[in-house]
Amino acid sequence: MRILIVEDDAETAEYLAKGLSEGGHVTDHAASGADGLSMALDGSYDVIIVDRMLPGMDGLSLIRVLREEGRATPVLILSALGQVTDRVKGLKAGGDDYLVKPFAFSELLARLEALARRASAEAKIITLLQLADLKLDLLARTVSRGGKPIDLQPREFLILEYLMRHAGQVVTRTMLLEAVWDYHFDPQTNVIDVHISRLRGKIDKGFSPPLLQTIRNAGYCLRAPA
Amino acid sequence: MRLRNVVRTSAFRLILLYTVVFALSVSLLLSFIYWRTVALIDRQARETIESEIRSLAEQYQLRGLLGVAEVMDQRVKQPGNSDHVYLLASPSKLPLAGNLEAWPDTLDDDTGWIPLTVVKSDEGQLIPHTNLARTLILPGGFYLLVGRDMHERGKFRRIVLEALAWSSAGGVLLSLIGGIVVSRRMLRRVETVALTARRIVAGDLTQRVRGNGSGDEFDRLADILNAMLDRIERLMAGMRLATDSLAHDLRRPLTRLRSRVELALLQPAAAVEDREALADVLHQADAALLMFDNLLKIAMAESGPMASELRRLDLTMLTRNAAELYEPVAEESGIDFIFEASAPAMILGQPELLAQSVANLLDNAVKYTPSGGRIVVSVTATATTATLSVADSGPGVPAADRERVLERFVRLDECRSSPGSGLGLALVAAVARLHDAQLTVDDNAPGLRVTMTFTIIRPEAARADDRQAAALTADEWLRIPE
Repeated sequence: MRILIVEDDAETAEYLAKGLSEGGHVTDHAASGADGLSMALDGSYDVIIVDRMLPGMDGLSLIRVLREEGRATPVLILSALGQVTDRVKGLKAGGDDYLVKPFAFSELLARLEALARRASAEAKIITLLQLADLKLDLLARTVSRGGKPIDLQPREFLILEYLMRHAGQVVTRTMLLEAVWDYHFDPQTNVIDVHISRLRGKIDKGFSPPLLQTIRNAGYCLRAPA
Repeated sequence: MRLRNVVRTSAFRLILLYTVVFALSVSLLLSFIYWRTVALIDRQARETIESEIRSLAEQYQLRGLLGVAEVMDQRVKQPGNSDHVYLLASPSKLPLAGNLEAWPDTLDDDTGWIPLTVVKSDEGQLIPHTNLARTLILPGGFYLLVGRDMHERGKFRRIVLEALAWSSAGGVLLSLIGGIVVSRRMLRRVETVALTARRIVAGDLTQRVRGNGSGDEFDRLADILNAMLDRIERLMAGMRLATDSLAHDLRRPLTRLRSRVELALLQPAAAVEDREALADVLHQADAALLMFDNLLKIAMAESGPMASELRRLDLTMLTRNAAELYEPVAEESGIDFIFEASAPAMILGQPELLAQSVANLLDNAVKYTPSGGRIVVSVTATATTATLSVADSGPGVPAADRERVLERFVRLDECRSSPGSGLGLALVAAVARLHDAQLTVDDNAPGLRVTMTFTIIRPEAARADDRQAAALTADEWLRIPE
């Protein structure tokens, strides 16, 4: 992926660039909002990472101008401000995702992947999600694998739906908490792990191959082995 | 309390101002009465004089000079007519009849009305009396004069002036006394507030302003000041605790982090161990960051609500959401997990902080309840309140420690071994205060029972708002300012 980093703090920018290039991505860096905007308008990036607090033009204004110019490049906002209203303001300005500093790098990578994928996927209405022999019917609210119906609790259904929509990508615990519980904080106990192991017991146990994988120090991934 | 202080109070000045206004209005009123009465007396005198002089002129027409002189004599002799003045004079102005010794040398204007001063003996003293007189020239050149003594009018003026002087003097004196009394009272009340404030400035935050129990404005001021002082004291205590705790508790994970890194550096390069060490470093750093996060959230909750962040929400739905997150964890640990709630319970709240509070309570319950135990989470609503209760069958908290566990970084010794920051219940307590909710920590015999009681909002309003409960709606999305 080609990623533009708009971040005034040199240390953070370097950390981002290093981590992203190690993850196989190409990065450009702008240290101010104005530079960032002109680079975003000129170049073709898959994702743009924008810090909210920037000298001169702030991150939100940058996104607003970018959207006014008709660019739909996905934007991930990085910010130290983590309150609900801050997030809402960021997303309202045209941002696609909001990550509060400090963050785990694996979290950032997972979210960037999800954003890039979402942008390339057609915005068509899906009623049936399918991965290998696992099927999830969004209208009938049913799940089956290999033709055998699987009985899921409502929350398990939502978790599986999210995983299937992001099949092949790393999904972090935080992403699941946000999507399924609308929680923007980390509960102290690793509650998500228990939900995942229950879900795994239902969709993988007795079936082959296993689809729901745990990615160490990152999260989970639902994928059919190649 | 010196007189100078009394005189300088605003109450005293106010009363002084009222005195001036009072004196002015009294003089205005008296002047008006005086002016109207004098005008009336004058008019009546003139009318009488006019009619008398006319009747005398008629007598002259009918009976000639003699007739006039006769009538004049009769009138002068009539009792009660001592203030009447009559004179009939020859064309050369020599007096012919009446009780005036000589024709006055006052110049006659065209109207025939003249002022006249007659010296009379009152109790052996000669006093000039002001008279009002009317002259008329009779056919044949004779002069006729009829007058009235206007001395009464002067007396009346004296009475009015005296009344004015006395009432002004009395009023000023009374209000001065009143002003001093009221000001002294006020000064004394203010002095008690000032004394308390001075003690607080000197560092004793436990001092409180004492009212006199009358419920007057000073008592109300005292109540408000005391409420403010309570809050300041709580914030100060919280801040002191936070800084103390920062020094102690936050140093722990950071110290561990440091020593772990140091150890890793001491070891010869070995990929696997390095990675393990780094993973641990990451874990410790996360623990420190989580503490900072929670401290910030508590500080935020304690700094009071931002109006834009409070909204209607369903406590039942919010609690169910959390219960559905923790239920599998509890069951996995062999704990019986029960969620009880019937109707929606609409309250005004900050959803994120409330959600985290409920999550913290459930987290604690799951953490401290042994296998085979039981956790009951319930939301019950009455007409006015909504109560969230989390009850477990764990070890509970001794009665003596139930207040203390709500403070920051307080962890009971028995729990030191289990993971946790000691901030979970402190956040719950801060969030309860933010929502004016009543928080109780009770014995569940056995175990712990924590309840939060909120004020419910009108059910008819609540029903319409059910939809908004769980997440931001499109409408709210638009209402948040850019």
